[in-house]
Order: sequence, then C-alpha cells, then structure tokens
Amino acid sequence: MIDINPLLILFAAIFTNNMLLANFLGMCSFIVISNEIDTSLGLGQAVTFVLTITAVINYFIYHYVLVPLDLEYIRFIIFIVVIAAFVQLVEMIVSRYFENLYYSLGVFLPLITVNCAILGTSLFMVIRKYGLIQSICFSFGSGVGWTLAIVIMAGIKQQLKNAPIPEGLKGASITFITTGIMALAFFGFSGIVSIQ
Amino acid sequence: MNNTLTIFKERIVDNNPILSKTLGICSALAVTNSMENALVMSLGLIFVTSFAEMTVSMLRYHTDKHIRMMVQVLIIAWLVIIVDIVLKLYLPDISKALGPYVGLIITNCIIMGRCESYAQNNRPVSSFIDGIASGVAYSVILLIIAFFRELLGSGSLFGFSILGSKWNNWTAMTMPAGAFFMIGLLIWASNEYKKKKKKGGKLYD
Repeated sequence: MIDINPLLILFAAIFTNNMLLANFLGMCSFIVISNEIDTSLGLGQAVTFVLTITAVINYFIYHYVLVPLDLEYIRFIIFIVVIAAFVQLVEMIVSRYFENLYYSLGVFLPLITVNCAILGTSLFMVIRKYGLIQSICFSFGSGVGWTLAIVIMAGIKQQLKNAPIPEGLKGASITFITTGIMALAFFGFSGIVSIQ
Repeated sequence: MNNTLTIFKERIVDNNPILSKTLGICSALAVTNSMENALVMSLGLIFVTSFAEMTVSMLRYHTDKHIRMMVQVLIIAWLVIIVDIVLKLYLPDISKALGPYVGLIITNCIIMGRCESYAQNNRPVSSFIDGIASGVAYSVILLIIAFFRELLGSGSLFGFSILGSKWNNWTAMTMPAGAFFMIGLLIWASNEYKKKKKKGGKLYD
C-alpha cells in the first residue's frame, strides 16, 4: 500500500488526473453522447455509480481471492466479468423497483459495460497499489471527474451549434480539438497536486 | 490475393475505424506519446483482433445467440492476457509504460465491432485476414499520431534524437492535449480528402 492522503487522491482524480482529459478513458461515449447537458449528466451519474461499486468489488476480489491464489494475471477476465454482471444486475433491479429512474438512466446502462473508464479505474487501482479507502476515493473522484468533463463538453457543444465551423471540421474533429483545449485548461490544475 | 488487397485498402483508407467512426479512441491516444509504445500497442492489437475474429468465426455455429457477447469478451480477454504476459516477460519497460492500456484492449470497440459484424458471418480464414486489416488500419493512425507527437514534442523518433539540440520541444504535444489536437486535425484531413474524392467522382461521371 502506498501512503497518500485519500482526499488528495479524490482531488487529483477529479482535476489533475482526470480520467478523460489526462488518461483518455471513456472517449467513445464522450464523443457520441455529449450533445445535451441533461443526458450527459444522467450518463455521468450512472458511470460514477457503477464505477465506484465495481472498483470496490474488484478490490476485494483482487486482494482476497486472486492474490492469495497467485492468479493476478487473470484479473482482466475477472474485472470485465464483474463489471458486465454488475451492470446487468443494476439494470434488472432498477427496471423492477425504480421505474422512473429506469427511464432516465436505463438507456445508458448497457453502454456502460464497454466504457473503458470503468475497467481502466479498476486497473489503475491495482497498478498504483491503492488501499481500500484510497480506492473508494479514487474511483468516486474518477467518476465525478468524468461527469464534469462530459457536462462541460455538452455545454460547449450547444454553443458550437451556432458557430461558423468549416464543413470538414464539424462533428468528431471539432469535438476533439475542443477537448484538447479543455485538457490544456485542466492541465493548469496539475501544479496543485500530482499523483502517479 | 486481389481480394485481400481490397479488404486492406477498404479498411485503412476508405473506412478507417478511428477516422470514420471514432471507434477505439481510448487506448489509441494514451500510448501515442512515443513511437515505441505505439508500435508495441499496435502489434498487440493486431494479434488480438486477428485471433479473436478467427476464434469467434470458428465457434460461430456453437455459441448461443444470447451469450455470444459474453463469449466474445472472454475470447478477447484471454488473448489480451497472453499479450500482457508476453510483454511483461520480454519488454518489461514498455509493459510498465503502457500500464493499464494493455488491459484496456478488451474494451476497444474495434475488436468487438469486427467480431460482431464480420466474424459472426464469415469463415475463419477470411475473418483472420479481416482482423489483421482492421488492426493495421488502427495501427497506421496510431503511428501517424505518435510520429508527430514524438517528433514535435521531444525532437526524436524511437528515442533517437532527430531534430538536434537547437529544436525547442513543443511540450504541449507530449501532454494529453497534443493527442486531442492531432486526432482532431487528422479527422479533419480525412473528411476533406473524402469530400474531394466524392466531388472528383461526380465530375468523372
């Protein structure tokens, strides 16, 4: 276990080591879904929820099952199965008991399984040797950071609709260039704390 | 043979997964800060895509429709584990530099997409070739981005200094922002190219 204050990790995960802007994770849905602020916020909440819980489950499985059995190398399979199974379970529970939530969140749930930010968080957590509290802060911070980035992007995209952009630059490419500028802006935070 | 060439051209130029559908971006950007990392990542991806497609194609009559996604993910994950172990053994430094991104090949949408749309309906050999072509298409973009990022960002290629000591490194290129700018410009270029080709085609007709 490494010794870093969990709150520092939380802050770093949101701002300086943002999952999306610094680690490029979760790009696919970021590019496609970020058209409206409401939908982005919904997706962000769903990602944050799934990300935090799966990271904790994966933490316990990794440290209490895989490490004692010397099976660390099959962690990829275990992690992806845990994520897929958890998403399926959440979808079933939500559709059964929380109908309103299902209609606002339900459409995003299947998308989340293939969101690289979820698997990436679990892998980072293992590689950086975080403890339990640190892992919870890191995964929650990653989710919040991702949500922040996608909501900001949705806001910018709504403004971009009225901007005179060259034909060929429209769509994905202007999104990437805007993201680049956002990444530069977030890079300004990196002087405050930096974790690797 | 001709057929194979057509597949390659179609995948790389006309229907590149990264440029036309923005698939598989996540891992593509993170490893492009140096040519070496990008090359290793590309080889890993070509290996996984081709063998995953071949395996999926071989099993296509034996897997139930409802569980085929899960089967595909497991096949891909199993191949990624092989890549991870080989990298750790023979290229420990690069394996460290790539970090979690090797594992993230699993969630690369290109592989799942090709398994689902091509390997599910085609014979193993042609699926294998399709896998290589898709992998190469991805690699070409990865290497182009890495080329510019390493050259402009650190003045070197594959770690060898190219531009000399007088070159002022563009630090922005080595930062994540540089990758976003590069891919944005590449997609722009490809859009313009396609537009031109379309227009040219019409004139010719």
